[in-house]
Amino acid sequence: MSTEALLKVKDLKTYFDVTKGLFSPKQIVKAVDGVSFEVKENETFGLVGESGCGKSTLGRTIVKLYEPESGEIDFNGQSIATIKGKALKNYHKEMQMIFQDPYASLDPRMTVGEIIKEPMIIHKIYDSDKEREERVVELLKIVGLKPDHIRRYPAEFSGGQRQRIGIARALAVDPKFIVCDEPISALDVSIQAQVINLLKNIQKEMGLSYIFIAHDLSMVKHISDKIGVMYLGSMMEIGPSNDVYHRPLHPYTVALLSAIPIPDPEVAKKKQRIILQGEIPSPINSPKGCAFCTRCQQATERCRSERPKPIKVGERYVSCFLYEK
Amino acid sequence: MSLLEVKDLKTTFKTGQGIVQAVRDVSFSLDEGEVLGIVGESGSGKSQTMYSIIGLLAENGQIDSGSIIFDGEDISRSSFKDKKSYEAKMSKIRGNTMSMIFQDPMTFLNPVLKIETQLIEPLLNHTKMSKKEARAKALDLMRLVGIPSPEKRIKQYPFEFSGGMRQRIVIAIALAMRPKLIIADEPTTALDVTIQAQVLELIEELKNTSDSAIIMITHDLGVVAKLCDRIAIMYGGKIVEIGTDKEIFYEPKHPYTLGLLSCIANPEDDSDKDLTPIPGSPPDLLDPPKGCPFVDRCAKAMKVCKNYGPEFKDFSPTHRCACWLNDERAVR
Repeated sequence: MSTEALLKVKDLKTYFDVTKGLFSPKQIVKAVDGVSFEVKENETFGLVGESGCGKSTLGRTIVKLYEPESGEIDFNGQSIATIKGKALKNYHKEMQMIFQDPYASLDPRMTVGEIIKEPMIIHKIYDSDKEREERVVELLKIVGLKPDHIRRYPAEFSGGQRQRIGIARALAVDPKFIVCDEPISALDVSIQAQVINLLKNIQKEMGLSYIFIAHDLSMVKHISDKIGVMYLGSMMEIGPSNDVYHRPLHPYTVALLSAIPIPDPEVAKKKQRIILQGEIPSPINSPKGCAFCTRCQQATERCRSERPKPIKVGERYVSCFLYEK
Repeated sequence: MSLLEVKDLKTTFKTGQGIVQAVRDVSFSLDEGEVLGIVGESGSGKSQTMYSIIGLLAENGQIDSGSIIFDGEDISRSSFKDKKSYEAKMSKIRGNTMSMIFQDPMTFLNPVLKIETQLIEPLLNHTKMSKKEARAKALDLMRLVGIPSPEKRIKQYPFEFSGGMRQRIVIAIALAMRPKLIIADEPTTALDVTIQAQVLELIEELKNTSDSAIIMITHDLGVVAKLCDRIAIMYGGKIVEIGTDKEIFYEPKHPYTLGLLSCIANPEDDSDKDLTPIPGSPPDLLDPPKGCPFVDRCAKAMKVCKNYGPEFKDFSPTHRCACWLNDERAVR
């Protein structure tokens, strides 16, 4: 395993123009506002944050479903941010995505076989349909479905099984990297564990890297090597998952972690929580300084006017003036 | 005497595919001021059990049998001679002594009515208050649930509130009549973690300051661990185990409860060990298994489980579980 990062994201920005009407003032949603991080081979990078923090937009920008405003995405030594056409198609062979909603992400009029075969046809991976069919059967077995499911339609499957179909489709092109966008949020508790274990096993066998996006902090911690905590388009803290969980540095991470309900009555009933006041500000008029300054109890004048840069603390990066030396 | 006593409740739904047996012989009781958590996966019947109690079943649903005694009164469907008298009775109780908090505040709140109109409605319906008195009370309620500048906010429409604030409004409406029982159906599922923490804190405060009993329907074991005194685990339309929070979390008896507890990630645990998922998927309630509902996914299933439903066995005055493993008569 090389120590060189497989994916490098630097100062990435994704903006959306939401100006209403011709003469209204220009309104820009800064969904991702200057995010940097790296993911190594075989590594799982967990991305957590509340709704609207830009975690899904970041994931989609990396897969290039959205065009970045500025910044760099380096994959395997190649710059990705501005590629188009054939180069982009080649990139998608290495970089795949699993979506949150297993009901919306599978075409209801295609059979399971057709769904999984499609990426192989697009990327011209096998010569004959027979080979493709064999590969589909193999993939179905890998994700824990039966070979005779190949002729069925998505409607005949449960949520967990559909997510398995989505995983098989992502694996069809033998990617190096998969962005998993809330792959378990729509599933029942007992089914979530099935999918998590499946993703872990596939990673072990095929040497994949993941970005695992979720708002369920317990699951993210369980599956990830590193965690990045996002808030309002900014990356607040990045570090090894156990460190971040047990010794959070950024005031937002501290509050977020203390808000997780622990499934243990004695711990949960004793646990002192930090209850954040107020709501997440709108990303249209995000604060000029630190994104978190409107809800942070330790915010100073400086936090309101100046945006903190990531500061290296041990193995971690924290974007907070509190850790400046 | 207990506040709510449900016995052998059976609820079915007519659908295009056939009859769905959503609730199958559910019995439990609830004391005044108690917080009971109902845990189960989607389709386990947890919500429909509660809708049966509060009389809010969908058009195609009906209570087939069973008795419900609430606050000393028999509100079983069978104790009313027709639908009209049942509905009349239930609409007197709903929003008054029994109220409900729904998962999605946006579908509960009427988007074209001001918050004020929606908040004073239960007060005008169930008391002889004047509009002015009701308005003052509504402002008090908004303060109670922690909505800043209520005088201004009361004139706004639901879309002007954020998700967490909307849920606070829903809670305020539910609290309006100081109900004896509040049924909360996944009240925090649609909310973000930090907002969920705010709402849970509010519910906990209610638990400590009011004498309302709360039934909390959820699939989040963290939420139950935090709030509930007692927990009922539902599976395939049945309660399979019920006990105090500690009995369920530390001494689970039913294989499904055990499975549920071992397939969630506890963030306090740093080991890299795999989660233990429950294989398979929940039963189809169009044609539920004849015996134990969990039989097809249970690692310890025996011959008897397939054909005969297990009976409840008491492990303590508060803890009971329906599983053949605890029955000496079962042939192993």
